[in-house]
Order: sequence, then C-alpha cells, then structure tokens
Amino acid sequence: MTQSFISIWGCEMELTAILFSIPWDQILIQTINGIVTGMILALIASGLTLIFGIMDVVNFAHGELFMLGAYIGVVVLATTGNFWLALLIATLVVALIGAAIQVVTLRPLIGRDPLTTILATFGVSLILQNYALWQFGPVARKIQEPFTGHFTLFYLEYPWYRLVIAGLSAAIIGGFWLFLKYGKYGIWIRATTQDRVMAQAMGIPVPVVYTAAFAIGAGMAAASGVLFGPLVGVNHTMGLDWVLKAFIVVVVGGMGNLGGSIAAAIFISLLEAYASIWVSPAQAVIVSFIVLILTLLFRPTGLFVPTPK
Amino acid sequence: MKKRRNTSYWVAFSIVLALLIIAPLVLPEFWRRFLTEILIWGLLAMSSDILIGYTGMVSFGHSAFFGLGMYGAAAALLVFSPPNLWLALLFGLIASALIALFVAYFSTRLRDIYFAITTLIFSQIFYVIVFTWTEVTGGENGLNFPRPRLGIPGLYSVPFTSETMHWFVLAVVTASYLILRRITRSPFGMVLQSIRENEPRTRAIGYPVERYKIVAVMLSGLFAGLAGVLYAVQNRFAAPDFIFFLVSGETVIFNVMGGIGTLVGPIVGAGFFQLMREFLSRIFGDQFPYLIPLGVVFIVMIIFLPQGLLGFARRWLNR
Repeated sequence: MTQSFISIWGCEMELTAILFSIPWDQILIQTINGIVTGMILALIASGLTLIFGIMDVVNFAHGELFMLGAYIGVVVLATTGNFWLALLIATLVVALIGAAIQVVTLRPLIGRDPLTTILATFGVSLILQNYALWQFGPVARKIQEPFTGHFTLFYLEYPWYRLVIAGLSAAIIGGFWLFLKYGKYGIWIRATTQDRVMAQAMGIPVPVVYTAAFAIGAGMAAASGVLFGPLVGVNHTMGLDWVLKAFIVVVVGGMGNLGGSIAAAIFISLLEAYASIWVSPAQAVIVSFIVLILTLLFRPTGLFVPTPK
Repeated sequence: MKKRRNTSYWVAFSIVLALLIIAPLVLPEFWRRFLTEILIWGLLAMSSDILIGYTGMVSFGHSAFFGLGMYGAAAALLVFSPPNLWLALLFGLIASALIALFVAYFSTRLRDIYFAITTLIFSQIFYVIVFTWTEVTGGENGLNFPRPRLGIPGLYSVPFTSETMHWFVLAVVTASYLILRRITRSPFGMVLQSIRENEPRTRAIGYPVERYKIVAVMLSGLFAGLAGVLYAVQNRFAAPDFIFFLVSGETVIFNVMGGIGTLVGPIVGAGFFQLMREFLSRIFGDQFPYLIPLGVVFIVMIIFLPQGLLGFARRWLNR
C-alpha cells in the first residue's frame, strides 16, 4: 500500500518537476516578443500578398522596400528629429518609389509569364540593395526610439515601444482592411483581384489599380521598416531575412489571402520566439522552414484557408 | 539537307572548343583563371537550364546543389589523405544528388511561382544549417583544404597548374554539355519539353509527370553539384556564401541573359555577366556597386530581349 502510494507520489514529483522546469516567465516574454514581431511581419506580408493576389506578381523586392523605408526613416529622423514625421515621409516616399518601379518594370510585363515578374523584381531588389550599400555603407545605422519608457516584466525591463509597434501595426492593417472592405478604391482593388477582365469591363482603370496596389504594398513595407528600425540596426541586408520570412508567411497563409497571412505571421513568429528559448535565434529560423515544408506537404493551398469543397 | 545543317553546328562547336583549348596558352594568368571560372559558372547555369528552359520550372535554389557539391568535395579532400580528385568528385556528386532528391521530392508537387519559392527556401534551410553547424562545416569561415593532384591512380599524376586546371574544367564542362544535349534530345528530354509546353496534356497522354520532374530536378542538381566540386577544387575552399540564395539568383540571371533553353546560352550569359562586372570594376574602381548597372541591364533584357543573347539561335542550337 505504502509502496504504491510512494510510487504515485514519485510520479507526481516528476510531473511537478517537469512543470517547474518549463520557464513560464520566459515563455510569457517570448509570447509578447512573438506577437510584436508577428505584427511587423504581418504588415510586410499583407503588402506582399496584396500584390500577389491582385496581379500574380511575387515581389522579390519587397524586403528591399522595407529596408529602403528604414533608411529613409534614418535620414528624415536625422534632419528633423521627429520619429512620426519620419514614419510618414518614409511611407509616402517608398510608396511613390514603388509606383515608379511598377510602372517601369512590371507594367511592360503584364500578360507575360508570371515567372518573368519574379526575375524583374529580383533585378530591382539587387539594384536597391546595392544602392543602399553604396549610399549608406555596410555599417548598421540606428533609429532612436520615439520614447524610451519601460515597464517591469519579471526580471526584465520591457520597453513600451515594442507594444506600441504591435498596436500601430495592427492599426495600419486594420485601417487597410477597412479601406478594402468599404472604401470605393478598396472595392476597385478587390474587384480587380477577383476578375480583372470583368473589372475592366465595368470601367475600373485596371492598370492604375495595379500601380496603386503596388504603391500601397510598398508603403506598408516601408512603414514596418521604420517601426522595426529601433529594434535592430538598419543595414542593407535587413531586407533579405524579412522577405524570406514574408514569403514563408504568404505561402503558409495561402497566397493572396490577407487574413491567412496575418494569422500565419503571428503563428510563425510565436513558434520562432518559443524555439529561441532553447536554441540560438539563427537556428530558430529552421522552425518556420519546417512549418513551411509541412504545409506544402499536407495543405499546399495554405494552412489558414478553408478546404476547397 | 538535315545532315549538312548538322555539320555546320559541329564545325562551330569544334571551332569554339579549339579556341577554348588554346586560350590558356595565350592568355595571361589572371584571364586564364577568369575563363576557367566562367566555365564553372556556366556549368552551374547550364544545369539549371534543364529546369528553366526545358521543363519550364524556375529554380531559385540551385545554390544548395552547388554549395553542397562544394562541401561534399571538401569532406573528401579533408578526410582522405592524400587528397584524391576522383573521391572529391564522387563525394560532391553524392552530396548534391541526395540534397536534390530531398528537394525534388517536396518541391515538384508545386508549380510555377510556388516551385521557385520552395526551392529558394530549401536552399536557405541548407544555408542556415551549414552556417550554424560550426563544428562540422566551419560555420561562417567555411573550410580550407589542399588541392588534389590530377591523375589516374596508379598510372600517372601531376599537380594542377592553372593551365591543366583549365583543361580539366573544360573537359568536364564539354562532356557535361554533350551529355545534357543528348539528354534533352532523347525521348526523356522530349517529355520534359512537353511538360513545359502543356503539363495537363502530358499527364493525360499517360506520362507520370511528377516522376519526370523529380528526375529532372535530380539531374539538374547533379550537374550543379559537379560545378560546385570544380569550384571547390579550383579555389581550395568551401564557404556558406555559396549556398546563399544570391548565387541562385545569379544563376537565373546567367540563364536569362544568355538565353534559356539553349544550354550554350547560360555559359554565354555567365561570361557576359562576369565580363561586365570585371570591366565595370576596372573602369569605376573596386568599390563600384557593379550590380546596379547589371541589374538595370538584366531588367531591360527581360523586357526587351526575353530570349536572351543566344535566343535567335535557339532552333539551330537544339537541332
């Protein structure tokens, strides 16, 4: 009797030992971190998925637009000293650059094989990346946070700014969603995504809608670049990592599916954040690769899409 | 009629080959190495032409096959003493074939853009693994190893000079070209081209399209790995940078610049790209961001010259 009691007791000891060995405080911190990066990633990926959904263009240069936004933020911040002005100007300037890129490189390719657009945007990304390297040099620049308040989270001084980023990203995505849902031009964009020939027949200027959608996507990438700048250094290779992550998010979430991309962005960022408790952040990336492979194997149309009937 | 046309092709082929054979005798050291490197990059680009030009799948992950070929060769050269060229070739090919099988199994389920993105992400997986697994791969610094001797075991062996290196690379590239040319004109190659033209129809006729695609990716990966081995032997190091997807991007650029679906075109494209880069950095100095003008040229070519430099000769080259 006592024998069995002890064995059960021992078993419970083990269970509690396991429960205690899980670093709950770290998991909570990583949850917040994951959501913050997830929101940034969602902001980048929603532009990417918008551009793909509307014109079948996989925008390889998206990461470079993100990086360019961060650099413009650096420059404006250095001259004016106002972070919010930097955010606004970077968004507008990169949106204009995006429109120019679309008109010069992508518009001539309308009606060609979508693969040629990958190549063209890859060329654009090479140009932008090397321009940034040439203009700003290989040393990372720093964007000063607009405010430096902290609050205590366990043993950590957690900066308020990170939460503000998450909130702002959510607000931008929400505003974008409302625009798509109720705005006149948002409805144009959705109509063109659904059926471009029919949209054209109804009098929607489809080429203009293409350019506008590209500009909006570019502006969103730039905004996330400025918002994210204070957390990491701004340098010319920052676009590469993010565009890959955004690609993974867009595939996992279902190409051209806005809600799916946002869910996938948060999902993958959370997984990576948890993984980085145990392995180095460089290796935590592999987690998202594994998610991608599993998605491709079992749900090639994306995780967060209803199963086609 | 057909025979006479073929003769003109083989005459041109022999002239180019003869020029490439005597090139190291007349060129100075720097340009000799330069030409050898163009041939190696050309082999890499040619291997991906099997997918881009003949099967209609754009691979953005060829750096994985190339880089793993390098690391396979590195393993053989570091483990066996004295370093043996043929073992390096064997190990490099095995490494790239295994990776190619793995990548092909997953990525051939997808088409078009999805295939491109999947291959890209696979190459990044291998990049991260090689980059972070410092004990085995040397991490960021890569691996250095001695150059093997050129020779047939037991018969004769000489150390590589830049001339013999060039001839060896030229022999491998020429043999690969002839093999690939034969393959693209074989019934197997015809099926690949029919997948490019009309995949559902090919399936409807009764060909197992997926299996053909897997074999095509493996074949392509194998030759990319071969290029990796050559590069490793020439430069005596392996580095994770060669697995990074920019190498894959350059491979695609070589293809598009030279003309896809021609096999020779990618080599010409690689030569054009490297020459432009060299001239730009000679004129404007080493710090000049040569990829900016090259990127512009690339985009202009996509828009206005989608067939590439050799596109006009495609029919003639594939005859």
